[in-house]
Amino acid sequence: MTGRQIMTADEIRRATTRISHEIVEKQAGTTGLALVGIQRRGVPLARRIAAAIAENEGVDVPVGALDITFYRDDLSLVAQQPVVKGTDLPFDLNGSTIVLVDDVLYTGRTIRAAMDALVDFGRPQAIRLAVLVDRGHRELPIRADHVGKNVPTSREEVVKVQLVEIDGEDGVLIDRALDAAPAAAPVG
Amino acid sequence: MTLLDRAADVIDVPVVDSPPHEQPVGWRHRHLLDVDALSWPDIELIMRTTDAMHEVLGRPIARVPALRGRTVTILFYEASTRTRVSFEVAAKNLSADVVNIAAATSSVTKGESLIDTVRTVEALGAQMLVIRHPVSGAPYLAAETFSGSVINGGDGWHAHPTQALLDLYTLRSRFDGGSLAGRKIVILGDVLHSRVARSNLWTLTAAGADVWLCGPATLLRGFEAWADRGAAAGRQFHVTTSLAEALRDADAVMALRIQRERMAAGLLPSLREYAARYGLTRERLALARPDALVMHPGPMNEGVEIAPDVAAGSQSLIEEQVRNGVAVRMALLYLLAGVRPE
Repeated sequence: MTGRQIMTADEIRRATTRISHEIVEKQAGTTGLALVGIQRRGVPLARRIAAAIAENEGVDVPVGALDITFYRDDLSLVAQQPVVKGTDLPFDLNGSTIVLVDDVLYTGRTIRAAMDALVDFGRPQAIRLAVLVDRGHRELPIRADHVGKNVPTSREEVVKVQLVEIDGEDGVLIDRALDAAPAAAPVG
Repeated sequence: MTLLDRAADVIDVPVVDSPPHEQPVGWRHRHLLDVDALSWPDIELIMRTTDAMHEVLGRPIARVPALRGRTVTILFYEASTRTRVSFEVAAKNLSADVVNIAAATSSVTKGESLIDTVRTVEALGAQMLVIRHPVSGAPYLAAETFSGSVINGGDGWHAHPTQALLDLYTLRSRFDGGSLAGRKIVILGDVLHSRVARSNLWTLTAAGADVWLCGPATLLRGFEAWADRGAAAGRQFHVTTSLAEALRDADAVMALRIQRERMAAGLLPSLREYAARYGLTRERLALARPDALVMHPGPMNEGVEIAPDVAAGSQSLIEEQVRNGVAVRMALLYLLAGVRPE
């Protein structure tokens, strides 16, 4: 995808490092802390934040992956079922502080679905939200606790986060959608 | 060491992402009438989606809202326990509403035709219809009338696609690398009357397995000609009346139920003779590989096509087949629910 770059690889690295510090500061340590990445690009971001925490605190915080496909409220609106990528939460959620990690915060519907999914696994003591980019246009009363970068956008624009683990390079791009409504775009 | 290396190194999360070019294609089928309509990428997508459903089944609350607000009607014209209950549990795990109709207690006994019944079911609000019928092809007729999705839960001798897919899933989960290529898989017994055998033959040969059909000659009729045509199309399967030849070094043995209700006179001298010559016993299973897998689509006639100690033995996957059946049917309901009615 072409488009205007709004975050470079270095900026992504600094943002994830800062978020990792904020998370530990807010929790006053790492006790009871767990990171849950939302499929797909939230998962590598969660791993990076965990690696930064390991670097700074010397503690490996558990990391999980959450697929919210089955909890989407727009399954009847999409042309065909999204491919399920899998959920793996290898720790007990009860009493823990879960930090949900996603690449872009947009309408908030992905986060709503993610919280519905999480509480099916247990009762966390708290759920927090970390995102790389907040592009506004919320449709639900949801806000992020930790934000890499706030980016004012119009609804016609598309924000595309690229990560080495999935896309081969790091960067955040913004573009005007060429096709009308991107039917398969993430709801987040 | 960079943060990225460290992220890959210390954090124990399985890699669940694959590059875009390896992403499976989307699902396009409105109905599931038989496995012969499925491409290999379709089958791979079903298997991957089944993995995800397995994870759902392992949760403290094994229920997700994916099909909330949809109605799945289960219309069975033949006796069934596991398939019917399996579909019902699968639909409920996806939060669908389930309506069960057993033809024996419905207006069918008053002479209502299949098409009228399907129209009625649709008028009552069903978006998905699971149908089992003693006449081969009946689900195809239902699909012509029904505006939602039709799933074949078994029609006559013809097809039992969900059974074949759950058998494929079960075998893949047990073989290294999930590949059936070159594996010798025996389908043993009443092949003639078996929709399970016909659908399995399609998926197992598509997966590259070396399939052996074995049983008395009267219950293999017509399959030799099919084997020749299969070989011409690059699919490997063999037909033999020799149990020893079929079982030698087999990787898996699928015993079929002797279908007494479909058995015409003269095909078998007696069940005792069948059991004596073709029953899967511990001694015979020893001809296969030591770790050979034993399967049966159920319901079993224990002591006829399979000995009780084999059915309950350590090599048996029969209970696993039943468990996997729920996950496979959840995957199919989920995939089919995404296709708009025409």
